[in-house]
Amino acid sequence: MIARYVISVGVVFMKYSPLDSKLLETIADLHGIPQGAFNIRKDGEGFRQSSANIEIIPKKDKPGIDIVVKPGTKDESVHIPVILTKSGLKDLVYNTFIIGEDADVTIIAGCGIHNSGEDVSEHDGIHEFFVKSGARLKYIERHYGQGDGTGRRVLNPTTIVTVENGAYVEMEMVQIKGVDNTVRNTDAFIHDRGALKIIERLLTHGEQEAVSNVTLNLLGLDASGQVLSRTVAQDNSNQLFKAALVGKNRCSGHVECDSIIMGAAQIRAIPGLTAESAEAVLTHEAAIGRIAGDQLIKLMTLGLDEQEAIDTILAAFLR
Amino acid sequence: MLELRNIGLSLNGESGEAKEILRNINLTLEEGKLYGITGPNGGGKTSIAKVIMGIFSATQGQVLFNGEDITNLSITERARKGLAYAFQNPPRFKGIQVEEVMRIAKPGIDEMSIRGYLRDVGLCPEDYLARDLGANLSGGETKRLEVAQVLAKESQLTIFDEPEAGVDLWTIQKLINLIVTRHRGGANRTAVIISHNEQFLPVCDELVLVADGEIQEQGPTNAIWPLIRDDIICDCQIRNQCGGGFYEVQPS
Repeated sequence: MIARYVISVGVVFMKYSPLDSKLLETIADLHGIPQGAFNIRKDGEGFRQSSANIEIIPKKDKPGIDIVVKPGTKDESVHIPVILTKSGLKDLVYNTFIIGEDADVTIIAGCGIHNSGEDVSEHDGIHEFFVKSGARLKYIERHYGQGDGTGRRVLNPTTIVTVENGAYVEMEMVQIKGVDNTVRNTDAFIHDRGALKIIERLLTHGEQEAVSNVTLNLLGLDASGQVLSRTVAQDNSNQLFKAALVGKNRCSGHVECDSIIMGAAQIRAIPGLTAESAEAVLTHEAAIGRIAGDQLIKLMTLGLDEQEAIDTILAAFLR
Repeated sequence: MLELRNIGLSLNGESGEAKEILRNINLTLEEGKLYGITGPNGGGKTSIAKVIMGIFSATQGQVLFNGEDITNLSITERARKGLAYAFQNPPRFKGIQVEEVMRIAKPGIDEMSIRGYLRDVGLCPEDYLARDLGANLSGGETKRLEVAQVLAKESQLTIFDEPEAGVDLWTIQKLINLIVTRHRGGANRTAVIISHNEQFLPVCDELVLVADGEIQEQGPTNAIWPLIRDDIICDCQIRNQCGGGFYEVQPS
């Protein structure tokens, strides 16, 4: 493949092929070398750059990195995309994120797999977040698979989040398309006045399977948590979404699962509420259904044909 | 410009049996006129609009638009030929923003024009451009956005299905002025307002009274309106259910 960009980081070089560029653009909106701190992992090898306030340190005992954001760091972002382009590669990383007190940062992660072979390509990411008092974090993670091989594309993210006193975390986790199997486990521990909002968007098609297990432990006084899930299941795909809220204090939590089902797909949505305090307020709502006929008709009266109307509704639903 | 010839419509009811909704509907809409369709609830007004738009397929008769038989054309094809329909109960969408739906209605429209249409229906563009057409809008706001969309589409024939429903009194007058002004100012534009509203109906050029699946009366507003006005006030649906007769047009 023809090298498109070359990043020089110290003595390490990374070559971007056009394929790499497309994957990076899809999962992380990257159109070249990111500004500020970044870690780009391709086929098991990382290429990175720290900034004055954000340090990226490779782990010594296992694959992965520590990302340390200095207290008070404002309006900075970190890109940490992963791409797999070799069929049969199984990549496992352990990443630890420490967001210092009163920092306000955005982390853009994601994984893109191109599998043109017969073997399974798999990326398993174990991410642990410590968001310190008063800090704000926005975390965006997009997953995407492509390639005309018969080998499956597998992504299994595990996310453990500790939201300390008064901290706020928003996590947007998106599976765009092309991922054959995914098991996503998310566990959060939210302390006094801490708040966590998780937005999941997921599309499955063909014979794909997706499982998401989310548990928010609302530990502290006035802790709050919100899980908003929007999914579309097409063809013969299968989805299982479990979201549990555990209220152990005066706290509030809400789970919302909203899915569009098409073809012969199957969706199970299982919200669970556990209150261990009389002052916990926990709610959930779940809906699974086809695209509403009146929505299709409405867009067709504006001039879209039926397929354009379906595409518009699905794209908007998952946006 | 648009002609309904001997239209009949039957739909399957809840029991699965076909129910006759419209029969012998003959109606000609001329270029440049503003029509009002009124009548009791369940009489067939919206069904006529949906047959025109292709949402319901007529079980008999023909729909002609500019001389072309469009009876078998799809909703999309009719929309692209110049028909537009503002829904009585517009559906809500999760994730579609106001600006996006305006661009679907009128591909290539610039932001200034979108802002203009929103202002026309009494919505502040700064507050609404990026709003989701989801559950966070009130019924009245959704209705006004619906009107803005079909106005932006600038179709040759636009049908407004109860544009006043759910809209506050002050905005109703604004919508009347807007529809009348746009209609009168647009070359070769025809508009149909389905309404029970006493403010809307008198501004139309012609009125059509639909009840029990048939056109009962049609003609110039100055001839028809005085005859039906009192019955609207007195609830003509009750009259109908009680076996009361309909109206005979008196010579003016």
